[in-house]
Amino acid sequence: MTAFWILAPVMVLAALGILFVRKAVHAALLLAVVMISLAVLYAVLEAPFLFAVQIIVYTGAILMLFLFVLMLVGVDASDSVVETIRGQRVLATVFGLVLGLILVIGISQVTFGAAVGLDEANNGGNVPALANLLFSKYVFAFEATSALLITAAIGAMVLAHRERLTPKESQADAANRRMREYAATGRHPGPLPAPGVFARHNAVDTPALLPDGTASEASISRVLAARGSVRSAPALADDIEEVQRQLGQSPEQSPEVAGKSGAAATTEEQDAPGSEADAGASSSTNGAEEDEQ
Amino acid sequence: MNTEPYILLSAILFTIGCVGVLVRRNAIVVFMCVELMLNASNLALVTFAKANGNLDGQIAAFFVMVVAAAEVVVGLAIIMTIFRTRRSASVDDASLLKY
Amino acid sequence: MSSPIPLLSSLAAETHVPVVSPGTADGVFSLAWLVIVLPLAGAAILLLGGRRTNAWGHLLGTATVAGSFVLGLLMFFSMLGREVGERQVGQHLFTWIEAGGFTVGMDLLVDPLSILFVLLITGVGSLIHLYSIGYMAHDERRRRFFGYLNLFIAAMLMLVLAADYLGIFLGWEGVGLASYLLIGFWQHKPSAAAAAKKAFVMNRIGDIGMSLAIMLMFVTFGTTAFAGVSAAASGGSENTMNAIGLLLLLGACGKSAQVPLQAWLLDAMEGPTPVSALIHAATMVTAGVYLVTRSNFIFENAPVAQTAVVAVAVVTLLWGAIIGCAKDDIKKVLAGSTMSQIGYMMLGAGLGVAGYAFAIFHLLTHGFFKANMFLGAGSVMHATDDDVDMRHYGALARAVPITFLTFAMGYLAIIGFPGFSGFWSKDKIIETAFADNVWIGVAATIGAGVTAFYMTRLMLMTFFTKERWEPGVHPHESPKVMTIPLMVLAALSLLGGLLLAGNWITDWLTPVVGEAHHEHPPIPAWALTLIIVVVVAAGVAVAWFTIGRTEVPREAPTDVSVFTRAARADLYGDAINEGLVINPGRHAVTGLMAFDTSVIDAAVEGQASGVSGLAMVYRKVQNGFVRSYALSILVGAALVVAVMLVVNAG
Repeated sequence: MTAFWILAPVMVLAALGILFVRKAVHAALLLAVVMISLAVLYAVLEAPFLFAVQIIVYTGAILMLFLFVLMLVGVDASDSVVETIRGQRVLATVFGLVLGLILVIGISQVTFGAAVGLDEANNGGNVPALANLLFSKYVFAFEATSALLITAAIGAMVLAHRERLTPKESQADAANRRMREYAATGRHPGPLPAPGVFARHNAVDTPALLPDGTASEASISRVLAARGSVRSAPALADDIEEVQRQLGQSPEQSPEVAGKSGAAATTEEQDAPGSEADAGASSSTNGAEEDEQ
Repeated sequence: MNTEPYILLSAILFTIGCVGVLVRRNAIVVFMCVELMLNASNLALVTFAKANGNLDGQIAAFFVMVVAAAEVVVGLAIIMTIFRTRRSASVDDASLLKY
Repeated sequence: MSSPIPLLSSLAAETHVPVVSPGTADGVFSLAWLVIVLPLAGAAILLLGGRRTNAWGHLLGTATVAGSFVLGLLMFFSMLGREVGERQVGQHLFTWIEAGGFTVGMDLLVDPLSILFVLLITGVGSLIHLYSIGYMAHDERRRRFFGYLNLFIAAMLMLVLAADYLGIFLGWEGVGLASYLLIGFWQHKPSAAAAAKKAFVMNRIGDIGMSLAIMLMFVTFGTTAFAGVSAAASGGSENTMNAIGLLLLLGACGKSAQVPLQAWLLDAMEGPTPVSALIHAATMVTAGVYLVTRSNFIFENAPVAQTAVVAVAVVTLLWGAIIGCAKDDIKKVLAGSTMSQIGYMMLGAGLGVAGYAFAIFHLLTHGFFKANMFLGAGSVMHATDDDVDMRHYGALARAVPITFLTFAMGYLAIIGFPGFSGFWSKDKIIETAFADNVWIGVAATIGAGVTAFYMTRLMLMTFFTKERWEPGVHPHESPKVMTIPLMVLAALSLLGGLLLAGNWITDWLTPVVGEAHHEHPPIPAWALTLIIVVVVAAGVAVAWFTIGRTEVPREAPTDVSVFTRAARADLYGDAINEGLVINPGRHAVTGLMAFDTSVIDAAVEGQASGVSGLAMVYRKVQNGFVRSYALSILVGAALVVAVMLVVNAG
């Protein structure tokens, strides 16, 4: 029971966390916590096969699937805190509590005898025992699940499949289209500017600077922009001015800087107090988050 | 060994899953909450297996997992399709089928 | 019907009313169906054949009716050669209706009564067809006219030959339809269309009585065949028989234009003149008399209904006669006289066993002389460019001599000039009336006097006095095809009385209507005849002194007495209908409509709009948010768990 009493509060807290965290990725991680804890509880409850399956299938496969989809959907889908349906949150909470309360009351009224235990049932080992049951008593259900899985696989493929309705665009077609668009709307026909160009360091979250010093929105990923992990152009400009000022004020240090720019930048970043340090910190957390996702 | 706490935990997790489905708006998170409810019921099943001393409960939990896997595959594919056309993963945005 | 019912002859002996139990059709009688089918086929060919039959359609129409007449004659002579007891012949054609225990066969009954009608209908009908060839020569729709005439004849033959009340009803409705089509034949005239509708609607009222009577018969006797009903009639309770009799009388009133359903007859003059002749002489209006006579086994057991027949008849015969006195339209005068004469027939039929035969006798003679006069009137109109106002006639005797002479025969017959057919028949009815009740006799005698007056007035205004012709009218005699039927009918008007020779007609009809025990009138028959002749002579004299000796104004004088005005307005028949039926009906309908819209519709629509209003509110529940739906599922789940908890705890 020790494992239970340790894990139960963790699981409840993690589950509650799913309700409150803003970001879907965090919710997925909390769900992983719950699932792995469950796997441990399965082990405690003498279900070693389910323990393995819980880890492999649920935590390993299904949860990974969730993360894949989250990646595909992107961060645009982050939840806003504002509830759109009037009264939904209150009602859901109230009735959720009512249900929980009723369940708890109902369960606590039941007298549970001492558990029989699975020693006898697991006599020949848990997995062979399960297999015996699965391929004798539950063989039809087992066969039915195979049909279900096939159907689900085909369904997923059908849903994910995108029918090509027009012939594939060749390179010449693309070039023609771009020129036509340029003639019609003035859209730039060339490739988009690369990020990090003319910036202090090469990174995808740093927009390229246009000749007038402003940031080019086209140079960074839309996802990053939506996530808000892009350094804004004015801040960036401030940075540059700061650097220039520092450079102008200490011209004797400039050869050093020019000589080993990477190292100098790092030291400066670490040394410099205020906004720059903050920006660096936030940048690093963002990076970590990206890795996680 | 007393099995009552397991059942209570299962009930609490199930309730939290319910509320999550109702409260969250990101379709993927809603799906996670559904999974949470399924897991809670699995816990109850495995606990009952232990309490009754046979493996039928574990088999049932196993089937629940299989079905959950299938459901997740199809459900996520649907969410992808909706997202592809509507650029949104919010369950509230897919509300055209109404009065 | 093919099997006689021997058991019932004993019943019949008690009631003095012969039971209808026809023998099997053989010989010429097996062709009885052809009598109906010939004109029906003619109608079908003419009406369905379209323009292809234009060229010869009228000839075919006439030929079919003539064929029926020939068949009728053959059957008549065949019947003459039979024993008295074997003169009823039935023919089963096919089973018409079979529903549970209720079976109606398409049966025909040829007996002394129906054969007389067949002869009258087809005989006079043939003459009218012949006449119409000339009369309608210039009408574009002559072929259709003949189709309708054939349909009319077929329906009427169905009516008189049916051996079942339902069969009669079939013919009855057919006659109603055909009369509607023919009265409204010149449908481009609004008055004709209105008259057709009026006739149709008033006939419907009678039909209600007829159909109710049939239903009542079915309920009471379980059959509607003559054989079954006549056998069981004496066993029915008097109240039931009275009800059936009164309902049949209502039907007869509708068809025969008796008070109170008389109003359509005068308007029916809107149809072409041959139609008027056909309706008034040979068919339609005689149907009521036929029905009452045919249903003698009912009326003999229904004294109240029989009295009602007499009352209706007396009122009608005076009513029609008075209307006839005031009309200037030649056809309307004749229509009034038809009403009046049908009244005489109904009177005869209402007087029971003693009168049936005379009613039929008068019906036959009237068929001759009235057809004669209607066709004569048509001939006069033909001569004066379709003018019907007698005030525009005068001194036509020399212009249309044949018409005048034939018309005169009809005239003498209708007023009862001694020796002419009408004299014999009307005299017999009045005599019987006197034997029954003096006052009825007196009323009938007065009617005869008035008849003499208005018919003399018609004769004088049309054929004598001074010329009052419209400018540009040059009266001329009608073609042969029109005058020959007139001559035949004139001869029949003159000689029709021969039917009474040696009491032939009463003997002939005895197997159908029963043996009359002779009742002696309060005064000797010869004296009665003398009185009638004197009254008629008085009527003629009055007409002579008021019309013949004075100048007839071209326009009807307006400074006339209340009585004249009333008579000109058909004794306010239309006004009575309007006041008693139409206006209250209209008000009731308006009220019901208001009730319908404000209460019933409002309630129904209110419910509907209430539901839809509620739905408008509740459909907001269907808000499209999947989370809302999930919430309701949660609530339901919580409820289920709670209930389980409570139940298990308790």
